[in-house]
Amino acid sequence: MGRYLIRRLLQAALVLAVISAITFFLFWATPANPALLICGKNCDTETVAQVNATYGFDDPLIVQYGNYMEGLVSPAGRTIGSEGNERECAWPCFGESYQNGIPVWDSISDAFPSTLWLAVGAAVLWLVSGVMLGLIAALRKGKFIDKFSVGLSLFGVSFPTIVFGYLLLFLFIVKLQWIPFPDTANAALFTVGPVKWLQFYILPWITLALVFAALYTRLTRANMIDTMNEDYIRTARAKGLDERTVVFKHGLRSALTPIITIFGLDVGGLLGGAVITEQIYSITGLGKFSIDSVLANDLPAIMGVVLFAAIFVVVANIIVDVLYAVIDPRVRLS
Amino acid sequence: MNSKGDAVSESAKSRPFLEVKDLQVHFPTDDGLVKAVNGLSFSLERGQTLGIVGESGSGKSVSSLAIMGLHKGSRAKVTGEIWLDGAELVGMSVPEIRRMRGRQMAMIFQDPLSAMHPFYRIGDQLVEAYLVHNDAPKAVARKRAVELLDRVGIPSPDKRFSDYPHQFSGGMRQRAMIAMALMCDPSLLIADEPTTALDVTVQAQILDLMQDLQKEFNSAIIMITHDLGVVAQMTENVVVMYGGRVVETGAVRDIFYRPEMPYTWGLLGSIPRVNKTGSARLKSIRGTPPSLINLPKGCPFQPRCDQQAHVEGRSCVNELPELLQIGQDGHSVRCHIDTGQRKRLFAEEIKPNL
Repeated sequence: MGRYLIRRLLQAALVLAVISAITFFLFWATPANPALLICGKNCDTETVAQVNATYGFDDPLIVQYGNYMEGLVSPAGRTIGSEGNERECAWPCFGESYQNGIPVWDSISDAFPSTLWLAVGAAVLWLVSGVMLGLIAALRKGKFIDKFSVGLSLFGVSFPTIVFGYLLLFLFIVKLQWIPFPDTANAALFTVGPVKWLQFYILPWITLALVFAALYTRLTRANMIDTMNEDYIRTARAKGLDERTVVFKHGLRSALTPIITIFGLDVGGLLGGAVITEQIYSITGLGKFSIDSVLANDLPAIMGVVLFAAIFVVVANIIVDVLYAVIDPRVRLS
Repeated sequence: MNSKGDAVSESAKSRPFLEVKDLQVHFPTDDGLVKAVNGLSFSLERGQTLGIVGESGSGKSVSSLAIMGLHKGSRAKVTGEIWLDGAELVGMSVPEIRRMRGRQMAMIFQDPLSAMHPFYRIGDQLVEAYLVHNDAPKAVARKRAVELLDRVGIPSPDKRFSDYPHQFSGGMRQRAMIAMALMCDPSLLIADEPTTALDVTVQAQILDLMQDLQKEFNSAIIMITHDLGVVAQMTENVVVMYGGRVVETGAVRDIFYRPEMPYTWGLLGSIPRVNKTGSARLKSIRGTPPSLINLPKGCPFQPRCDQQAHVEGRSCVNELPELLQIGQDGHSVRCHIDTGQRKRLFAEEIKPNL
């Protein structure tokens, strides 16, 4: 187990290194010119040269990449800025934004809580609703409730998030005015209290959860129907167990195993930001941050948000694999 | 129903321990009504073993599941009567029959790997089978499980108690499965092809074990199989099923030495014999089993039967033969051929080629 984890973490580090390199060189392969961007409107050759020297754009790409990575690998971080204006950038140093000079790590730390709340709330919502609906559908296969939930999940899968999100916003905030217009600046749980916080997040949660809930409903239903046809379910009934025990202890446990795997990966992916949902409700999370960074050709910010999101995906993969071995005794970690 | 004894009513004393009367199991499907079992009747006493033989799809497993009440809650239509120890099972509600499952009747399934839950320890699955019917502390159930694992021949049962099914070999899993069935001392044991998934030496051990256990617990056993060797070794009486019907039944000696139904002849003829010399090919019954949706109107075996020419005055195509008793020990045959003719055919044409 210990050796397995160490090996997986080393692999993860390798994956992250590859991702960072690809992102970095891909950025420079585009026609983007950050020097001009930083220089601003009244730009002459001299100023551009100065900017190039300050930010190290004159150095070979590989040197620039090495400098950047030093801030992430070295525990001391690195020194950034030009001569006479040097600043220490503590680990983890993702550099400073080209747009406004704010350290990228600070921006990410600020944006992450919103993304975290959005993802966790939506995850709870879709897991509970999806599994419950799927379970009921499987147990009442062919009945009305089954057809209803299959239809509902088809609707959920095929409804574009962007349309659904704006519809909710229009209906509940603009038209019915049940929920006040989202006040982006005041969405922290501990400053505004639970009621406002819930009002702020409830629609984004529903928007984000819809597609996932639909997928999880179908997945749970299919897995549960398969499982209930297994021989060991017949054995459980032949033992004289009551139907509740058969369904929950013997059936659901097997049927949920693959769902837990997918759930881990989905949540891991969403912690890097839910671009569309955040955009609709103006949530200043990682999704919005990454869109803004890309549109501004802001390399340090892009690198930061890509690597940050990648860490969650990679770690979620490891957690899911370990969890799988814990749930299913037939699976060996090796 | 506090104990097993209460289930026996006065009027039932004359009944056999297990009596199945005119059992029918039909499944409505999109393609039509699947008539899996059509009027199955047999009876069985404690301490005895009944073999049910027949091809795949002849209704063997379906009828055993009907005895366990495992069709309840599905779309299957079960009619007829099943009397076990004075209690009628077909009309019973699910909670009632659930209390009998595992306690009065238990089942051993064909493939012990898929029949045990892969996520739970063997011991815990045995304990669960005990605790569902016995209000006892877990330690008692555990002790009983270890005892039974030991009794069915699993070495160091204390340790193997906490193994998972995939850590057992096929034979060990089947032993554990038997131990699980015996947890509550059931008086009726239904073994659905218990040795089919096992290799021959393990097969012999499992059958020996079952015979020993039967003597010990005085249980009635229904042995469902398509292996006539198992039937010969294990059973006193045999039911030969075809197309959801009994086509021949009787004492095991009668079925093996004086069979009268052409289908039974075919079954006996298709046993591989080690003592046959030369290039003798393994014989099979031509054709395939009938579709259970469109059963033949007359004799179910008619499309595959080579002896139809010997029928006089009856139509195999249009008339279903009755199951008629022809000898002692309840030897009954469903065939239009006259019994004297059948005896002659078997002696002159069939027996020499077996």
